[in-house]
Amino acid sequence: MEGKQYKSIWKNKMFQSLAASLLSIAIGLLVGFLALLIINPSGAWQGITTIIKNFFYYPSAAARLKYFGSTLVKTAPLLMCSLSVLFAYKVGLFNIGAAGQYVIGAGACLYCALALNLHWSVCLIAAIAAGALLGAVSGALKAYLNVNEVISCIMLNWISLYLVNMLLNNVKEVASPYTLPIGSASPGSVLPTLGLNKFFSNNYVTIAIPLAMVVAVLIWILLEKTKLGYELKATGFNKFAAKYAGMKQKRNLILTMVIAGGLAGMGAGLLYLTGFEQWQCTQSSVPAMGFNGIAAAFLGGLHPIGTVFSSYFIQHITNGGAYLDKSMYSAQISDFISALIIYLCGFVLFFKQFMNARAAKLEEKQRTSAPAADSPAPPDGGTEEGGEK
Amino acid sequence: MEEQYAIEMLHITKRFPGIIANDDITLRLKKGEIHALLGENGAGKSTLMSVLFGLYQPEEGVIRKDGQEVAIRDPNDANRLGIGMVHQHFKLVDIFTVLDNIILGVEPCRGGLLQKAEAREKVLALSEKYGLKVDPDALVEDITVGMQQRTEILKMLYRENEILIFDEPTAVLTPQEIEELMDIMRGLKAEGKSILFITHKLSEIMAVADRCSVLRKGKYIGTVDIKDTTKEELSRMMVGRSVSFAVEKAPAQPGQVVLDVKGLTMASKLHKNDAVKNVTFQVRAGEIVCIAGIDGNGQTELVYGLTGLENVQGGSITLAGQDITHIPIRKRSILGMSHIPEDRHKHGLVLDYSLEDNIVLQRYFQPQFVTTAGFLKRPAIRAYAEKLIEQYDVRSGEGPATPARAMSGGNQQKAIVAREIDRDPQLLVAVQPTRGLDVGAIEYIHKQIVAQRDAGKAVLLVSLELDEVMDVSDRILVMYEGEIVGELDPKTATPEELGLYMAGAKREGK
Amino acid sequence: MLLLIQYTLMFACVLVLVALGGCFSEHSGVINIGLEGIMVMGALGGALMMRSLPGDAPALAIILLTILAAVVVGAAYSLLLAVAAIHFKADQTLVGTALNLLGTAAATVIVKALNSSVDSSNVSSTVQYIEQKKAFLLNIGSFEFCWFMPLAVAALVCSYIVLYKTRFGLRLMACGEHPQAADSVGISVYKMRYAGVLISGVLGGLGGIVYITTGVSEWKFEYGVAGFGFLALAVMIFGQWRPTRIALAALLFGLFRALSNVYTGFDLLRGLPIPSAVYNMLPYIVSLVVLAFTSGKSRAPKAEGVPYDKGLR
Repeated sequence: MEGKQYKSIWKNKMFQSLAASLLSIAIGLLVGFLALLIINPSGAWQGITTIIKNFFYYPSAAARLKYFGSTLVKTAPLLMCSLSVLFAYKVGLFNIGAAGQYVIGAGACLYCALALNLHWSVCLIAAIAAGALLGAVSGALKAYLNVNEVISCIMLNWISLYLVNMLLNNVKEVASPYTLPIGSASPGSVLPTLGLNKFFSNNYVTIAIPLAMVVAVLIWILLEKTKLGYELKATGFNKFAAKYAGMKQKRNLILTMVIAGGLAGMGAGLLYLTGFEQWQCTQSSVPAMGFNGIAAAFLGGLHPIGTVFSSYFIQHITNGGAYLDKSMYSAQISDFISALIIYLCGFVLFFKQFMNARAAKLEEKQRTSAPAADSPAPPDGGTEEGGEK
Repeated sequence: MEEQYAIEMLHITKRFPGIIANDDITLRLKKGEIHALLGENGAGKSTLMSVLFGLYQPEEGVIRKDGQEVAIRDPNDANRLGIGMVHQHFKLVDIFTVLDNIILGVEPCRGGLLQKAEAREKVLALSEKYGLKVDPDALVEDITVGMQQRTEILKMLYRENEILIFDEPTAVLTPQEIEELMDIMRGLKAEGKSILFITHKLSEIMAVADRCSVLRKGKYIGTVDIKDTTKEELSRMMVGRSVSFAVEKAPAQPGQVVLDVKGLTMASKLHKNDAVKNVTFQVRAGEIVCIAGIDGNGQTELVYGLTGLENVQGGSITLAGQDITHIPIRKRSILGMSHIPEDRHKHGLVLDYSLEDNIVLQRYFQPQFVTTAGFLKRPAIRAYAEKLIEQYDVRSGEGPATPARAMSGGNQQKAIVAREIDRDPQLLVAVQPTRGLDVGAIEYIHKQIVAQRDAGKAVLLVSLELDEVMDVSDRILVMYEGEIVGELDPKTATPEELGLYMAGAKREGK
Repeated sequence: MLLLIQYTLMFACVLVLVALGGCFSEHSGVINIGLEGIMVMGALGGALMMRSLPGDAPALAIILLTILAAVVVGAAYSLLLAVAAIHFKADQTLVGTALNLLGTAAATVIVKALNSSVDSSNVSSTVQYIEQKKAFLLNIGSFEFCWFMPLAVAALVCSYIVLYKTRFGLRLMACGEHPQAADSVGISVYKMRYAGVLISGVLGGLGGIVYITTGVSEWKFEYGVAGFGFLALAVMIFGQWRPTRIALAALLFGLFRALSNVYTGFDLLRGLPIPSAVYNMLPYIVSLVVLAFTSGKSRAPKAEGVPYDKGLR
C-alpha cells in the first residue's frame, strides 16, 4: 500500500472528468471569442462577457433573480434530454433521437392540455408515454431488425416534427402559427409552482426544476445501485458478455430506449406545461433542445449529477446569447459554442489518457526515487514532486 | 565470419509499461537455415519478431542484415530488406480474393490502374514452383485455413522475401497439414530462403529445424543445434524446470447421464451448410468428455447451441433429465450448466467492470446479492468476491475493485474458472480453457477441471490442443466438418490416429 | 410529370454524391455521421462564392469557381472529423453529431455576420444567388437540365473505378476491413483514413451546393439541409456500400423526396385527403422502412467506427 500515498490527483477519475470538461469549456469559449473577434473586433470582449453573464446583465437583484429563473425554466428540459442521452449511452446506444422524443412529448402534452383540457399530471404522463413510445420504436428496430439507432432516430426526429406540426395545427391561435397560450386556454394543465414563482417573481418557475433534479438522482441510483443498472451497463460495455450471462439483451435494449425516450418526452412536458413557450406549428427544423442534451451529457462526464451542472451551463450560455447586441452578433453564437463543446468532448478520452500518462510518469519518477527516499528526503526529488502536484 | 548470418538481432531490449518484454536478447539467423524460436506464451517471441518486422521499435540493441546495421522503422523497411512474416492471426482481408490479398501493398499498376493479369501469372508460377495450391479468385472468407496460410506464404514469396518468419503457423492445422507445411518449409530452405519458425511445440522443432533459440520470460536462454539436443533438454530450457506434461488423475468413474444431446443441428453463419450436423453424444457425471478437432469444424457452434448463445436448428438437448433445447441461457445456468467460454474477452468478462462485478456476473440476480426491491447488496458482493479471490488465488492490483481490464490473461481466466466452478454446476462446459496461458496457469486449470470431475460433475471440454486432449480427457469425440466422426479412448489412442480423424481421413463406420 | 422527373434526378444527384462520400469514408473505416454538417458547409462555400461573383460572369467560370469553393470548404470541414477520429480516437458518432450541429450554427453565424456587415438592418441568414444560379441550368424544352447531373454521373463512374480498379481503392478498403492487415503490408492506415474522410468532405460539400440550388435560388442557412445528409447515409446502407447499388437507391429516395415538392402538380395526388405534412414525412418514413428490411443482413466495412491503434495488434 506504499503506492497509495503517492496516488496522484491526476489519476482520480472524478478529477479527470472535471478537468476534461473544464478544458472543453475553456477552449469552446476561447474559440467563440475568436469568432466574435473576427466578426466584429470592437464588441468582442463585451460580447463574450454578455454570453457568460447572462442574467447578470441586469443591474437589479430582483431582475437577476427573475431571469435566473428563466434560465432554470429551460434548464429543466435540457437536463432531462441530457439524462436521456446519458442513459442510452451507458447501455451503448447513441440516442440522437432525444430531439424527436422531445418533440413528440411536446405534441402529446400540448394536445392533452389544449384540446382535451386534462390535469397537468395526465399531460405530463402523456408526454412521457409519447417519448417512451418513440424510443421503443428505435429500440425495437435495433433489437429485432439491426437498424442503426442513430439513423432510425434521425428519421423519427423528422417524422415526429411533421406529425406534431400537423397535430397541434388543431389547437393553434387563429392569427399566428403558435399554439394557444396554455395559461389562459387550460389553467389546470399548468404545472404547479409550490411558491417557487413567488420566490423568483417569475411565473414560469414551477416544480419542473426540482422534479428534473430528482429524476437525475433517480437515474444515478438506477444506474449505480440496482440490479437493472448492473445489467444495463454490462450490456453497454460488452453485449456479448451480457448475453453469455443470460441477460435479456433485446428486452434491455428496448427498455433502455423506452426509459431514454420517456426522459426526453418528460423534458418537453416540463417546459411546455409551464407556458413559457408556445409551439410554432410551421417549424421546419427539429428544436435544438435534444441535440444540446448531447452536449450536456458529455460535458457532464456522463454522470447524472454532473449533467445537472453541465445542463445549467449550456442553458446559461444559450440564454446569454439572447442578450447579444443583435446589430453586431447573432444569438446562434451560443449554439456555435455548444456545438464546439460537443466536438471537444470527443477529445475527452485523449485528455484522460494524457492525464493518465502524466500520472504514470509521476509515479515512475517517484518509484525510481523511492529507494533513495529511504534515507531522509532527497531535496531535489522532493521539491520537484511537490511542484508538479 | 559474420557474413554467413542473414539476420542478427543483437542485445535487443523492448519495454512496455510495467514489463520488459525483451531483455537483452540476441538472435542470429544463418543463411539458408530453419531456425526455431522456442518459448512459452508470454516469453517475448512475438515481441521480438514484431521488432524485426518493424512493428515495434526496440529501446536498445541493433539489427544487422548480412552484416550491415539496418534500421527497421515499419513493415515497409522490413519488406525492402526482404523480411516477410506469416502472422499467427492471418492478416488477410476476408472480402478480398486471394490474389488481391497477395498483391495488397505491392500492387502492379499502370496509370494508377491495377494490372491484375500480370500479378496473377506471377502468383500462379510461384504456386506451381513451391507446391502452394491456391485458387487466386476465391474470396478469403470462403477458403480453408490451410489455403489461407498458403496465401500468406505466397504473399512473402510474391515480395521476393529472403527471410521468412512463421509465427506459430501450426496452431490451426491438422497433423497432416502440419506435415505438408514442414515439406513446404524444407522446400523453401532448399531454394535458399532463411526461415525463422516461432513455436512452442517441441516435436515440430525436432522435425524441421536446424537450430533453436530459446526465450523465457523475456530473457534469452540459449541457442542449440537440433542434432545435438533432445526434446527434454529443450523443454527444460523453455520452462526452467522439467515438467511432466501428463496430468495426474485417477481413472474416471462415470455415473448417470447428465448431458444428453440427440441429433443436434446448428446453422452456420459463414456458409449455407449446417455447421453442426445431426450430432449425438452423452456426458456422464464424473467424466471428462473432450470434443477434439481442428478449429472451425463446428465446435464453436456446438457450444453455442448447448449453452443457448445461438438458437438450435434441430435435435434435442437434455440436461439432467430436463429438456433444455429451447430454453433461455439464464434458465440453463440455473439448472446447473457452467460455461467457461472460448473467448474470455468477448464473452467471459465485462472488461470495464471490476473484478468483483465480474465474479458475480452469473449470480448477481440471486437473493444473496440483490434485495427484492432490486438493489444490489454491495457488501455481500465484496465478501463473496474476496472469498473466491482467496480460494482460487486470483491475483490483481487492487483486489476485488481492480478493473478486469487491468488483470493479466492468466488471472482473468482464473477468475472465470472460479466463477463458473463455484456455482457448483452439474455440467461444466469448458472451451479452450487454457488458450494463451503459461504453463503454470495451464497446470492449475487442468487440476481444477479434474477436481470437478472427481467431485462427480460432468465435464465437456472443447480443445484444439492435442496434448490437452490426450492428457485431460476420459473420452475423446472427434469433430470434423460438423459431425462426430469418431470416439477414442485417450489411454489407447495415438496422436497419429487422432490426427487422421481430425483431418477427416478416417471415420468410424456408423 | 416532367417536373417530377427533374426533381427526382436532382435529388438523386445530391443523394448519390453524398452517399458516395459516406461510402469512401466508411470504406476507409471512419463512420461519417457528420455528412449533414459537411453539406451545410459545402453549400455555404458555394453559395457565398456565387453571391460574390457578378451575375453576368461567364457561365463556365461561375460553375467551376462555385464547385471549387464547395469542395474546398467541405473538405476542410471534414478535416475536423478526420483529426478527431483518426489521431485522437474520438467517438466517431459524437464527433459527427457535433459537426452537424456546428455546421448549421457556424453557417448561420457567418451568413448573419456577412449580411449585417453589408446592411446593418439585415439579420437574416439567407443567401441569394438568383442570377448566378442560371449558369448551371440549360433548358431543353421544358426540362431544366442542370450541369450537376452529368457531374454526379461522373462522380459515380469515377468512384466505381477508384474503388474497384485502382491501387488506392484496394488499399482504402483494406483499411476499413482489416487495418492490421493493411498496416502489416506497409500501408499507412492513418493516411488512407484521412484520404477517405477528405473524399467524403469533397463529395459531401458538392452534394451540399447541389442541394441548395435545386429548385430554389436562395437559401436560409438556419435550416441546415433538413436531414438530407442522413437520408444519404440511409441510401448508402441500402446501397450496401457499393456505388452501383447506391445509384439505384438514390433514384428511389430521390423520387419520394421529389414527390413532397411537386405532389401538388398532380391532380390525382392533390385530390387525395392527405395533408402536406405526410408528403414531407414520406422520404423519412420510406427510408426507415427500407432500413428495417435491409439492415438485418447488411455488411458494413468490418473495422468501421473502430479507431486504429498502431500499438494494438
